[in-house]
Amino acid sequence: MNRLILLVADQPAALKQIQGALQECGMCVDLSVAKDGVEAMALLQRKGKHADAPRPDLILLDLRLSGKDGREVLAEIKSDEKFKRIPVVILTVPTAEEDILGAYDLHANCYITKPIHLRQFVEIIKSVQNFWLNIVELPPPQTP
Amino acid sequence: MDKDPMQILLVEDQPAAVRLVQEVLKENNGNHNLSVAKDGVEAMAFLHREGEYALAPRPDLILLDLSLPKKDGREVLAEIKADDKLKRIPVVILTVSESEEDILKSYNLQANCYIIKPIHLERFIQVIKSIENFWLTIVKLPA
Repeated sequence: MNRLILLVADQPAALKQIQGALQECGMCVDLSVAKDGVEAMALLQRKGKHADAPRPDLILLDLRLSGKDGREVLAEIKSDEKFKRIPVVILTVPTAEEDILGAYDLHANCYITKPIHLRQFVEIIKSVQNFWLNIVELPPPQTP
Repeated sequence: MDKDPMQILLVEDQPAAVRLVQEVLKENNGNHNLSVAKDGVEAMAFLHREGEYALAPRPDLILLDLSLPKKDGREVLAEIKADDKLKRIPVVILTVSESEEDILKSYNLQANCYIIKPIHLERFIQVIKSIENFWLTIVKLPA
């Protein structure tokens, strides 16, 4: 059964590399991409054209998004009974200590700062995939 | 560069499991300090710095078994994640229970992740190393 990762980020520059990194691990992983918070919530809530969107097993969330702030998205996900179980990995440019604390207080499952160099970034994606899809027991899918 | 050691709190009542985690973490030579609480009551006293734990360090990471004497791990998780001072501390559930109910309840209580303790020694060691590698070198922990 393929695992589905939802990437919420507005800079698709690294997208190909992320997709490549995920495929390299040999696991069957699908990647869904939302370019902003509104699209992310629409996917999760299966609104409009996303009516048949599958529920992701893991969410990678950039805090710097256009429109709806990543923190708002995190807060919405983690306060919704339907989605709060889905692990959210914050993957964002380095910010102030308060932002890290704020994310954990909003129940982000973990917080990772994006390295500058692409190769390191790819290695991090692989580590995230390996830990969350190989080691961790993910929550059971929500019954519709 | 002198960095403060990472503080890990292991809440685990099985001495063999405790020894194993201690050995694996020591082997990797990381800069961390492991504290152990053997039941849920001790864990909460440690976190609240009560009594003999008045000078206990605030953990950067908690490894929590669900099956604990005195106070169950599920209760400990609920208390930690409902406490404004403690809820930000990442809690890694490390337990034998494979019950879907336990897994779901733990995530709903905002456990940061849930890991089933492997039966086989090699795999258990690998899991501890993975936890160490992911949570202590890749993740940014709350200060």
